[in-house]
Amino acid sequence: MSRRIYALLLSSAILSCALGAGPGATMTIADEAGSASSGDAELVVGLPQDLDNSLDPYQITAAGTREVLFNVYEGLVKPDTDGNFVDAVASAHEISEDGLTYTFTLRKGVLFHNGDEVTIDDVLYSFDTCAATTTNSAVEAALSDIQDITADGEDVVITLASANSSFLSTVSSVTIVPASYKDQATAPVGTGPFKFDSYSPQDKAVLVRNDDYYGDKPALAKVTCRIFDDANALYTALDSGALDMAFHLTVDQAGSLSNGYEVSEGEMNLVQALYLNNANPPFNDERVRQALCYAVDKDMLLDLTEDGHGAKLGSSVYPSFRKYFAEDLVDAYPYDPAKAAELLQEAGAEGLTFTIKVPSNYTQHVDTANVLVEMFAAAGINAVIEKVEWNSWLENVYKGRDFEATVIGFDAAYLSPDALLQRWVSDNGSNFIGYSSPEYDAAMENAHTSAKDEEQVEAYKEAQKILSDTAANVYLQDLADFVALNPEFTGYEFYPLYAVDFSRIHPAS
Amino acid sequence: MKIRKNAYFITGGILSAILTVIIVTGLFWTPYSTTAMNAQEKLQPPSWKHILGTDNFGRDVFSRVMEGAGTSLIIALLVVVIGCVCGIVFGSLCGYFGGAADLILMRICDAITAFPAMLLALVIVSLTGGGAGNIVLALGILFIPSFTRVVRTEYASCRDLNYINAARLMGVSNPRILYAHILPNTLSVLIPTITIGFNNAILAEASLSFLGIGIQPPQASLGSMLKDSQNYLASAPWYALGAGGAIVLMILAVSLLSEGVQQGTCRI
Repeated sequence: MSRRIYALLLSSAILSCALGAGPGATMTIADEAGSASSGDAELVVGLPQDLDNSLDPYQITAAGTREVLFNVYEGLVKPDTDGNFVDAVASAHEISEDGLTYTFTLRKGVLFHNGDEVTIDDVLYSFDTCAATTTNSAVEAALSDIQDITADGEDVVITLASANSSFLSTVSSVTIVPASYKDQATAPVGTGPFKFDSYSPQDKAVLVRNDDYYGDKPALAKVTCRIFDDANALYTALDSGALDMAFHLTVDQAGSLSNGYEVSEGEMNLVQALYLNNANPPFNDERVRQALCYAVDKDMLLDLTEDGHGAKLGSSVYPSFRKYFAEDLVDAYPYDPAKAAELLQEAGAEGLTFTIKVPSNYTQHVDTANVLVEMFAAAGINAVIEKVEWNSWLENVYKGRDFEATVIGFDAAYLSPDALLQRWVSDNGSNFIGYSSPEYDAAMENAHTSAKDEEQVEAYKEAQKILSDTAANVYLQDLADFVALNPEFTGYEFYPLYAVDFSRIHPAS
Repeated sequence: MKIRKNAYFITGGILSAILTVIIVTGLFWTPYSTTAMNAQEKLQPPSWKHILGTDNFGRDVFSRVMEGAGTSLIIALLVVVIGCVCGIVFGSLCGYFGGAADLILMRICDAITAFPAMLLALVIVSLTGGGAGNIVLALGILFIPSFTRVVRTEYASCRDLNYINAARLMGVSNPRILYAHILPNTLSVLIPTITIGFNNAILAEASLSFLGIGIQPPQASLGSMLKDSQNYLASAPWYALGAGGAIVLMILAVSLLSEGVQQGTCRI
């Protein structure tokens, strides 16, 4: 008889352990962290999500994919850590006085990863293909403004229909790919400091050093990006030393790391917000959306989710954009639950109930949703959380637009406010919240056509103000970003956009 | 049914009584709000103020365990009631009358039990959506076959016994024979089945919530608390221990009690 009770105790203990460990945590980690000896140094990085189905540079939708392939693809120019554009595949660029003509001189002897030399034809092909196939509507819009693009010896001359002072950022996102190569979706070929070596879905992607790189060659011979669907499994692997590096850690994870890795803090360069489906009730009513804005205490949110790190946002641009960032909008909706209730009453939406769909793999978004629900409850708004898988989020919420509200963060695919703002223009394909405002469209149009930099900055700020005034979404924060790096390596630097530059990382010794 | 007291019964009884008092209290009152967040008291270790510490939002873990255990308890009870009542009805009819209906129902039971219960529950809940109601329905249906089988076997072995034949000859109605004469004789088998079923139901609910398709936040559930506490295993172990400990204690209490009841009623 006592045997049975032991068995019972044991089984209940095992069961609860199994529950506590959760999926993924029991996986064995075969790969050891890379060795940092010079010359053949290998870095093992943990990715918190899988790469996109298509790795074609013009088809990438997920920020997590873009930040890895930042090391593989390059445009004629590329951004540096300060947000300036430096020459990459082009060796020099010149902009005419009137801002209409851009002349890029092709760098000599740049080789694609497949060994072919970059020619003018490849550049023209890339611009054509990008304009025709890109999923990034802001890039598409900017490229459609090109009046003429011609080859002139070793120069590429681009003539714009109207001046656009942020056109270089568009150029940087037109990555140069070989014209004769058709397998970009599965085996990317670019000109960047790293070659794409292999990729097995749900397992890992491997980058190797491009020994023919025209610039400073990377110190790392190989970067292995191991894919984790579960944030805890990633963290466990990092803490055990199986990974050399992980980015986008939460403040708690960064704080409880016990293996002596160096943690650096930056911002994620994301616009985290409660995105509202403006096309359907209840959020087609501006007053209801404003009520939600008043019901959120952003300072409290930052304290609760990030111990006060991170930055508050008031519109669709984050602070790294410096001059474009409309700082005065951050507190456009001070915390005022009474006002929220009043607005709801005015709109006839008392007892508002809605569902927040949130991708379950992003702990920070789930946490934010939890806090929001509590704040809304204080204002008499009943929000319910529904956790969905990432793929289901992409399919149903983002592409299918089947949602009332969702917490997510948007990054800038390239360094222009367009990357964040063009999305909300009425007829934009990625305008998944169905935002429609003629004033906003006009402001964006203004931003594109103004030749002077100050005018353009003003127009972008005006656009942000319209988003804020109409409460398009409940803008929340740019999350703090913590990067942990094995002290055997050094050289990590934050970019003002969602990118991780492996070429700057080198062994510490 | 007279129960001789024994160590299992006493320990299990006391533990169950304490837990029941705490859980039932939790349905009406908790020391702190289970949802109110407090940035100043994030991840506090256990103290007199918060006896199980606080979580990453500064919520009192003990209050949330009370709420979560209450939810688990109610769900488990409802699941067992659905499974048990349906099981008794199906099992008694099949066992007593036999025939083609018996054959078909038993094959259906075989088919359901052939799949892992968790997998079926996952499929049903992901189709119908989360929420307490759907979990109760999904688990309740899945628990019917095991009860049906146990009850059927008992009825099949009882139906030809002399006292039943005598009752039938005296003209006692079928429902009365089924539920007044035979049912009490199945209790010695039924009670352990119920307690095992109850424990399984608690674990099943916790697992579903752990996987994120059961009880949705911010409502507390032991399973989802365990899931959330994973991120803080190193920095705030009390969070996971509070939720995990509650599950272990609930199951232990009921198992001890059932073991005690069995020992007390059977001759060893």
